[in-house]
Amino acid sequence: MPARERDFTAPTVQLLNPAGELRPTAEAEPYLPLVEALPDTTLEQFYRDMTISRRLDIAGANLQRQGQLALWVPSHGQEAAQVGSARAARAQDHIFPSYREHIVGMIRGLDPVNILSLLRGATLGGWNPAENGNFHLYTLVLASQTLHATGYAMGIQFDGLVGTGDAERDAAVLVYYGDGSTSQGDANEALVFASSYQTPQVFFIQNNQWAISVPVSRQSRSPLSLRGGGFGMPGVRIDGNDVLVSYAVTRQSLEEARSGAGPSLIEAVTYRMGAHTTADDPTKYRTDAEVAYWAERDPITRYRTWLEGRGASAAFFDEVDAEAADVAADVRRRALSLPAPTREKIFAHVYSEPHPLMVEEHAWLEAYESGFEGGAA
Amino acid sequence: MSARTEEEQAVAVPMEHAAAASAEPAAPAERTDQTPQAAEADTAQHAESGMRGVQTLSMAKAITAGLREAMRADDKVLLMGEDIGPLGGVFRVTEGLSAEFGDRRVLDTPLAESGIVGTAIGLAMRGYRPVVEIQFDGFIFPAFDQITTQLARLTVRHDGTISMPVVIRVPYGGHIGSIEHHQESPEAYFAHTPGLRVVSPSSPHDAYWMIQEAIASNDPVLFFEPKSRYWPKGPVDQDHSGVPLHASRVIRQGMDVTVVGHGAMISTLLQAADIAAEEGTSLEVVDLRSLSPIDYGPLLDSVQRTGRLIVAQEAYGFVSVGSEIAATVAERAFYSLEAPVLRVSAFDTPFPPAALETEYLPSPDRVLEAVDRALAY
Repeated sequence: MPARERDFTAPTVQLLNPAGELRPTAEAEPYLPLVEALPDTTLEQFYRDMTISRRLDIAGANLQRQGQLALWVPSHGQEAAQVGSARAARAQDHIFPSYREHIVGMIRGLDPVNILSLLRGATLGGWNPAENGNFHLYTLVLASQTLHATGYAMGIQFDGLVGTGDAERDAAVLVYYGDGSTSQGDANEALVFASSYQTPQVFFIQNNQWAISVPVSRQSRSPLSLRGGGFGMPGVRIDGNDVLVSYAVTRQSLEEARSGAGPSLIEAVTYRMGAHTTADDPTKYRTDAEVAYWAERDPITRYRTWLEGRGASAAFFDEVDAEAADVAADVRRRALSLPAPTREKIFAHVYSEPHPLMVEEHAWLEAYESGFEGGAA
Repeated sequence: MSARTEEEQAVAVPMEHAAAASAEPAAPAERTDQTPQAAEADTAQHAESGMRGVQTLSMAKAITAGLREAMRADDKVLLMGEDIGPLGGVFRVTEGLSAEFGDRRVLDTPLAESGIVGTAIGLAMRGYRPVVEIQFDGFIFPAFDQITTQLARLTVRHDGTISMPVVIRVPYGGHIGSIEHHQESPEAYFAHTPGLRVVSPSSPHDAYWMIQEAIASNDPVLFFEPKSRYWPKGPVDQDHSGVPLHASRVIRQGMDVTVVGHGAMISTLLQAADIAAEEGTSLEVVDLRSLSPIDYGPLLDSVQRTGRLIVAQEAYGFVSVGSEIAATVAERAFYSLEAPVLRVSAFDTPFPPAALETEYLPSPDRVLEAVDRALAY
């Protein structure tokens, strides 16, 4: 018997090609009507979101270099994957991010200063999801959030908010994670539980090719989208640098989830143009040629070309650039004036209910610190 | 030695005087515990008065009854675990609950502990109160990451805007002659983790009330059930809990040496006290009940009277809850102590083959050996 086949492939669904032409691949055809139905204002919003994201990235990296942040997590290159998917969610949906989805949070109404506060070492979380578009906290332990998202989706289902036919009530969960995280046990257990309970949920993998310095080929020998089928749910591989397909496939997946059809998985093939974080040096593990290859597939450039072809004016692009610069400058200004947390914060809310050790240790610290008051300390 | 009957050991009653509950015939204070016969008569009386009275139950059935009460009182209470549905769990603690509440309240989950705890977290975020059963102590570790890096921190990460009312039930400890990973005492790992609460009942009465109080807690609670004590029966007063969830209490008064422990160790300590009494040494037995936080009040009061303390535990001694108690009592009762605080623990080895467990686990004689050493100072 000859050796069995070990090559696994999956088609990449794409609406907008790298040249900025709307040329749907065969698999993308069914999604085209979802994009054709979008008004110009929404199409323009996609561009605005992506531009703001990229401008914020520069501001964040600069703040880190100037010692104002412990870390910045860049998303340059992944704007289309993030913006398209985030804009596909409805207000009542819940979003569980990893830690790179700054623009997703902003689309949900989160003030990005909250993210800077976390990265500045001033908070551990930084916002209340209930007051910020159901955008849950960043999770730094890889893939932990995939299980929280699945449990949350189970709760939505148990609450009877799936498949009622009321588009304003039926809800779903969108969870983001990366190619590196797909190797974690939790990511796989989340797929098991989601499939088992048929949760209203979309797993959105941003395959940005690198888990810090390790290529995706170390994580998986086959397209990550095939993980869906292995767990009993649809898996689709999309061009993650095409904001239109990211929107359309996520929109379709979330609608199926809300209607009670069950969970699904999306692998958005994209590229992290910058470093993993500002603590990383990508020149040590990847080539200039590879970066150049992906630069030619830039999500914003191709989308701008397409919008220009549809008649978007130079004034529109100038206006968006100015707005992005304003947002970045405003965030930078406010980040610099963020108050330092007070020491009560060490003990507050570790428990919901009174806890003797918190009371005792806090009292001790206050007494200790008060010993320095007015002194030379 | 005068071994107590199982019923006599299960001390559980409305306690106006916490110190008065010992079944020790020589106990000086008034006795408020009951024989099973008295308990049944009591139940009949209470039925007329609208009270529920005292029932004689095994600890396993007392927990079942406590779970049932909690589930009837709040439909957000869910049970999750492996084989807990129609089978009723490997120890039958959830027996009958699936039939009464259905498979949306009693979830037979996929076989993945991290998945169970991770989805329980998501359900808690959604407003549910999950009660997780870990099948055996040694199988909690796949969930260790979700418990320590997520469950324990999500309240503080949300600045107290959400709470994490998740209970994790863990049948723990030896004395059942089982195979590897089925007789562990891993409570110190969790007591060491800020954000968690850790409790362990020693009697059916406490188990009945403490499980309900743990479910009512808005903080995560690790609930360590001494599985060797699942089957002995004792009185359960269904009208009065006695003391709060995190209170320790003196369950047998004595004058010469204080001995403290939790869970199954209480049975060992009471046996040791019986033997010591025959030899003219009076031991005061303190049931810790809560390992995090620890209620030091009754323990310090006791040590101030006896001047000597033995801490006994089934867990390894190195870096254990017993070590913490020894250090704290030395700090807070230094001038009362007539001898160093001594620890009686399992040895610092993996739990040996069960054929050796009687030599491995602290026995009444090992406790008495320490008592003799303490008295020799």
